[in-house]
Amino acid sequence: MTDSAITLRKSSKWGDMWASICANKAALTSLIFILALVLTAVVIAISQALGFQILPYDPNVGDMDKAFIAPCAEHWFGTDQLGRDIFSRVLDGTKISLSVGVAAVSIALISGTLLGAIGGFFGGRLDNLIMRAMDVILSVPSILLAITFMAAMGRGLDKAVLAIGLVSIPEYARIARSCVMAVKANDYIQAARVTGDSNLRIILKHIVPNITSPIVVRATLGISSAVLDTAALGFLGLGVQPPFAEWGDMLARSRSFIFSAPYTLIFPGLAITITVLAFNLFGDGLRDALDPRSRRR
Amino acid sequence: MLLEVSHLTTEFRTRRGIVQAVRDVSFAIDRGEILALVGESGSGKSVTSLSIMGLLSSNGRISSGKILFNGEDLLTKSEHALRHIRGNNISMIFQEPMTSLNPIFTVGDQILESIRLHTKLSKKEAQEKMLHLLDLVGIPNPAKRVRDYPHQLSGGMRQRVMIAIAMACEPQLLIADEPTTALDVTIQAQILDLIYRMREQFNISVLLITHDLGVVAEAADRVAVMYCGRIVEEGKTADILSRPAHPYTLGLLRSIPRLDDNSQRLYMIPGMVPPPEEVPEYCAFADRCERATDKCREGLPPFIALKERNVRCINIISEEA
Repeated sequence: MTDSAITLRKSSKWGDMWASICANKAALTSLIFILALVLTAVVIAISQALGFQILPYDPNVGDMDKAFIAPCAEHWFGTDQLGRDIFSRVLDGTKISLSVGVAAVSIALISGTLLGAIGGFFGGRLDNLIMRAMDVILSVPSILLAITFMAAMGRGLDKAVLAIGLVSIPEYARIARSCVMAVKANDYIQAARVTGDSNLRIILKHIVPNITSPIVVRATLGISSAVLDTAALGFLGLGVQPPFAEWGDMLARSRSFIFSAPYTLIFPGLAITITVLAFNLFGDGLRDALDPRSRRR
Repeated sequence: MLLEVSHLTTEFRTRRGIVQAVRDVSFAIDRGEILALVGESGSGKSVTSLSIMGLLSSNGRISSGKILFNGEDLLTKSEHALRHIRGNNISMIFQEPMTSLNPIFTVGDQILESIRLHTKLSKKEAQEKMLHLLDLVGIPNPAKRVRDYPHQLSGGMRQRVMIAIAMACEPQLLIADEPTTALDVTIQAQILDLIYRMREQFNISVLLITHDLGVVAEAADRVAVMYCGRIVEEGKTADILSRPAHPYTLGLLRSIPRLDDNSQRLYMIPGMVPPPEEVPEYCAFADRCERATDKCREGLPPFIALKERNVRCINIISEEA
């Protein structure tokens, strides 16, 4: 009896989470969609690295004779002002947009959560120091700050990602700090101390797992703003450089044709919207799955 | 003596200056003994227990006194050594079983963690020990319950799990900080009974912190009554409850509603507990005491030894009551 109960329990932790995500249709669909996006990006990147084109048209080479063709059988999403196939560009843009979003959010998420958790846990002067630094970052408009970072570091997509990650650190730091302070007041933290746990162990074992839900939710929302911020930097000539396709950049460059050729905006816009929606819905499901109290049973 | 606290004074830095929460408190607990620390909220019971554990918040500090555990002064130990003692020799359970378990791990995980942290048992042995512990604290069908999350258990069950975790490292001293306050009366009795049984079975000592004299009467061997950070009376439970010598103890006992008493209003100690920064340097109870004389306000009364008990009062209630 003992053995079977224990083995069951061991495998059930991830099993419970998985079951919870599967029970949430929206989250499951979103997860599938996100995986499909990742697959698309990877396949395109590999094929381009190997030197053959699996997209219907070269996403970066246009034919001026074929500018502004409305969506048709030949060009599913139409063509842009330079005659490039929008369908190919949207697919090609998956690579950059996805990696930019995920990378920028990861930078902000990891360093922000760590800083906030340290500040919230130890309090006092260290907390003051960290949070005042965060206030300084927050007090400057984020795009301006990102531009300043890039002015110092030089242009390029990798630097844009770094800049966007850096400017969103304070949001995560603040969320993490307030959550840590709330969690810290619980008796189980005291109980952990009583059983002789060290600070590091308490943070990793008891605090971090308890603050994941709000941070995961913020992170899934953050991916969308990271994609849009990258577009803004690209538009200013600091992020992705032409002719490479990136959804936000495509949106920014075709905004003057919003009335004459709306399809030049609609498809990259839809790509951003659906991706962001998928991340948000998945984040929602993930939050429920991470928290045993809101898990569906 | 397992634990000897002598002349412990704990103070906190606050905006209104330094406040003493525990003033010159001394008591001792023998092996296998249950000592109850009784008092109103703010009388310094919990701070006393936190001082013993070395878990005061950052603005608190022990300004004088000694805490001898097995003859060694805990106040001179390093944080590392203290951590070892906390896990292995002293355990603690808390008032609020709702928040004293981590909500995102199953109870089994939490008990196992405590076992594995403090013993060198193999995984399998630890699991067996866990089931044994759960059985011991009276959780039915333990093999099934270990998969539950804290929110799926009732308050009483959670307190049982907390006790199982506390017992996992086979402590010599269990500090129970208002272990029954958040539970309803029938469960209270069961939990007290459980603590009592743990004592019988493992010969552990218990420091029971409570404001409930009913709990004291049921479980404790000896009682120390605290008022405004000082111990005012200390002795055997039966003696103190049947023949209180300190006017404050008497006041507390008279404030308990009784089934056999038909008077309309419940007795109330007149006045209020003074705020901690205004506790006088004479008997802190003098200003509320019906028996107080001018002499009471001249200085701190000494402990007067009275047949197996100590009373801090110069107008001791004698055998008249």
